Amino acid sequence: MAVRVINEKCKGCSICIKNCPFDAITMVNKIAVIGQACTGCGVCAEKCPFHAIEKVEEDKAHIDLSQYKGVWVFAEQRNNKIMPVAIELLGEGRKLADQIGTELCAIVCGSNIESLTEELFAYGADKVYTADYPELATYTTDGYTKVIFEAIEKYKPEIVLLGATHIGRDLGPSLAVKANTGLTADCTKLEIDPVDKKIKQTRPAFGGNLMATIVCPNHRPQMSTVRPGVMEKAIYNPSHKGEVVKLDVQFHEGDIRTKVIEVIKTLHDAVSLTDAEVIVSGGRGLGNAEGFELLKELADKLGGTIAASRASVDAGWIDHSYQVGQTGTTVKPKIYFACGISGAIQHIAGMKDSGCIIAINKNDTAPIFDVADIGIVGDLYQIIPAIIEELDKQEA
Amino acid sequence: MFLTEKHELIRKLAREFAEKELTSDILDQVEATGEFPEEIFQKMAKAGFFGIKVPKELGGSGADHRAYVIVMEEIAKVSGVASIYISSPNSLSGGPLLLDGTDEQKEKYLTPIVTGEKKLCFALTEPGAGSDAGGMTTTAVKDGDYYILNGRKTFITMAPLSDYAVIYAKTDVTKKTRGISAFIVDMKLPGVSCGKPEDKMGVIGCATSDIILENVRVHKSDLLGAEGEGFINAMKTLDVGRIGVAAQSIGLAQGALDEAIKYAKERKQFGRRIGDFQGISFMLADMATKLEAAKLLTYQAAYLKDMNKSATKEASMAKYYASEACNEICAKALQIHGGYGFIKDYKIERMYRDCRVFTIYEGTSQVQQMVISGQLLKK
Amino acid sequence: MKIIVCVKQVPDTNEVKIDPVKGTLIREGVPSILNPDDANALEAALKIKDEYDDTTVDVITMGPPQAKSMLRECLAMGADSAYLLSDRAFGGADTCATSTTIAAGIANMGNVDIIFAGRQAIDGDTAQVGPQVAQRLNLPVVTYVQEVEIKDGKCMVQRQLEDGYELIEVQTPCLLTCVKELNQPRYMTVSGIVDAYEKEITVWNHEDVKLDPKDCGLNASPTQVFRSFTPDAKGKGEMIPAGNPSEIASTLVGKLKAKHII
Repeated sequence: MAVRVINEKCKGCSICIKNCPFDAITMVNKIAVIGQACTGCGVCAEKCPFHAIEKVEEDKAHIDLSQYKGVWVFAEQRNNKIMPVAIELLGEGRKLADQIGTELCAIVCGSNIESLTEELFAYGADKVYTADYPELATYTTDGYTKVIFEAIEKYKPEIVLLGATHIGRDLGPSLAVKANTGLTADCTKLEIDPVDKKIKQTRPAFGGNLMATIVCPNHRPQMSTVRPGVMEKAIYNPSHKGEVVKLDVQFHEGDIRTKVIEVIKTLHDAVSLTDAEVIVSGGRGLGNAEGFELLKELADKLGGTIAASRASVDAGWIDHSYQVGQTGTTVKPKIYFACGISGAIQHIAGMKDSGCIIAINKNDTAPIFDVADIGIVGDLYQIIPAIIEELDKQEA
Repeated sequence: MFLTEKHELIRKLAREFAEKELTSDILDQVEATGEFPEEIFQKMAKAGFFGIKVPKELGGSGADHRAYVIVMEEIAKVSGVASIYISSPNSLSGGPLLLDGTDEQKEKYLTPIVTGEKKLCFALTEPGAGSDAGGMTTTAVKDGDYYILNGRKTFITMAPLSDYAVIYAKTDVTKKTRGISAFIVDMKLPGVSCGKPEDKMGVIGCATSDIILENVRVHKSDLLGAEGEGFINAMKTLDVGRIGVAAQSIGLAQGALDEAIKYAKERKQFGRRIGDFQGISFMLADMATKLEAAKLLTYQAAYLKDMNKSATKEASMAKYYASEACNEICAKALQIHGGYGFIKDYKIERMYRDCRVFTIYEGTSQVQQMVISGQLLKK
Repeated sequence: MKIIVCVKQVPDTNEVKIDPVKGTLIREGVPSILNPDDANALEAALKIKDEYDDTTVDVITMGPPQAKSMLRECLAMGADSAYLLSDRAFGGADTCATSTTIAAGIANMGNVDIIFAGRQAIDGDTAQVGPQVAQRLNLPVVTYVQEVEIKDGKCMVQRQLEDGYELIEVQTPCLLTCVKELNQPRYMTVSGIVDAYEKEITVWNHEDVKLDPKDCGLNASPTQVFRSFTPDAKGKGEMIPAGNPSEIASTLVGKLKAKHII
């Protein structure tokens, strides 16, 4: 798809220029000109009040799409344990396969991985392709790409889903080039078009400021990587069985050009305030230094860190390095819990750009509620333990 | 109008540097300890901030006056004191050497100050000779291959931190300005000492003190330029120096205006943003307009210098107007902050103090008026 | 050693704001910057240049003529020369087509020992172009590189994982994509900027890199943007009605889940 300016209709109002997310339009002699940065997203066509920009479908040499069947999930395993995202993909893959009316398959690579097939069946796979070779014991781009590409060539899936992990985001691009097809990264939503049964992949772009729905109309397989934690996990059903297809692979000298010498596990370092994605911050409403222990428990649960308002720093409950605000650190986490913080201008200046601000305060007129996305009036010593409990429940 | 794409890229460099290195924490620490971190000083040297106009052969960057103005502007926007560390090697300390230094002197003294290995200060002012440099009493008496220096210099920026000083002294006490010569003095020479660092109102973090000279023997190879040419050397140096202070002023004023705008948008009183009140909004309009005028004067002076045109009057106008405007803008920005402006939690408090010296050092506003009117009335 | 660094000019997405009323992206005043991960890639290359004599570091990008300003920045940081792939025919490219063009550009630059690229660009966040370029040039690739060491003509690299890292040996020539933990990119220098404006930036179109227009840009992109939209505008916050704490907690967690925040 591309966009085209209908010169006769263009009034030179430049609304398209203002709306173009990619800065791809310029005005030449009062007529919009689409430049090189255009991605064909079509925002301009929608915004043009004079219908002077249209989307045009381009003719492509069609390959025979009907040969491609089945939804494949790359069942990423590490140390012979299936990664949680693979189970989420099986959950989502099941829905997609049912809507298309096709089978759900898993493909798993590794060494001594026989035991994994039962688990993949239990999570809904109708068929499991396995490549069980010592060369595949640890992940390598070359090794996995070779195996899965050969399988794609032979068995022709119509959709391939991978988790957007450090491995999936390495493997996906290489596979897509080999298979000469498109890949959509980090999808947060997948849908099947009810008419043509093709997949629509929605992903955030522009640092989350823009969402784009991507299609891959003329190439197969249609490939996506999916953010971990977004899709619902498949339900475990040990009675569900399927077919195992062993992949026959010949490895040659030089096929795998990287050598993994060692895999090292490190514990996560303590998060700094500016890098933290989740911040649980406490103010005067905490009443004492011990209150931060409760906040820390919630922060740990969400993989975040604690912070403080000036009032609680001044009270001596916590070190200044935790202070958010005009005189402290300016933060922009995805989630900011403001607990017992009234919301002095001082404080708000340092946190107002956070993704989602959740305010918990006893006083319903506290200014913090003016900037909060979600406000809760109540006692933080009751609310926070309840939130922790709820999160535990969700995990279980 | 006066700036090219290249200058804008230099601006980007200086701005990134200021944002990343001169953080609030660092600046608070400088304010509290009175010391500027050596690490940041070295990073500034590495970025090429100390020899902006110095030719590449001498370790400099080979850029121009406009580049110097832009770096000063962006650094001063965040920290007045940091900009002094940049102005010194580029203007007051490096200037005399660049103007009159022999190749040996340049290599020996200028290159190490450009690379940040050494620091050098400019010592002209005396307790009894401020604006009137001709009235200085420091003497240099020839003794074989040496000059023997005696006297006292005052308010010397960076003196206690410096390895060398350019000292102006009279080789002929019978003459006024024509009797002044310039010397490069190693601060470790016997007889050289510094007074107690002054307890200043602002630009804290760059020690200022007296230099006391008691029978200091300076080798004749460290005479800078010819005997009796010292005053001209100092005045030419100050010509460039004025552009530097103008640049500091527009930078710091921009910083103050930015803070004022931010605060006027955030602060709510009587149910609306204080910026929505005409009293505040008109203040902002005045501040921005004066700042713009000051910028154009400053860029123009630098541009004339780059075109090798005389800029004495223009540099004085820029220094005079920009430093006065900066003080006015900072005062108004503080006023907009209300009570919060009076406490140290907000940046504007420090800016207000830091900019006060801009109308004083390197020629007071009144000296600038003398220079400007002198230019107008000559012939 | 000959090193090539793939770079991209991107809008600073941290500065992008959404018009709260219209729900559209506000592009005005958003600066274009050197993609942050690419700055780490360039720094990795420059560090090798600092250490090994006879090393050249060249940068390449695909983009409109405005991308020259970013290339000047790369030169001002210390790159030796800069190449811009610019052609209307390259426009509208997805990652797949972009990788074809960049690979053709690199092939046109002669032999190379190491290609560095950023892990991903902040405008698209796909992390695809790096490995895809490697695939097209038939080079080994390591992504998410957080440490590099050159040893006997090979690279010893650390590849970042979610919970640790792998130590990997890779032969050269190879392509490495870099994460921000790899290093702290250096500043430009004033003299570097002065020099950068004395250098020529090589601009290549599709003919220069021997590509058929049907193999690049929109024509060669398997994926297409079907629609793009701004996520639901933030709007005024909502209050969770008072109630018992566990009900409140469950409502809150439900809301966060629904928004994919947790």
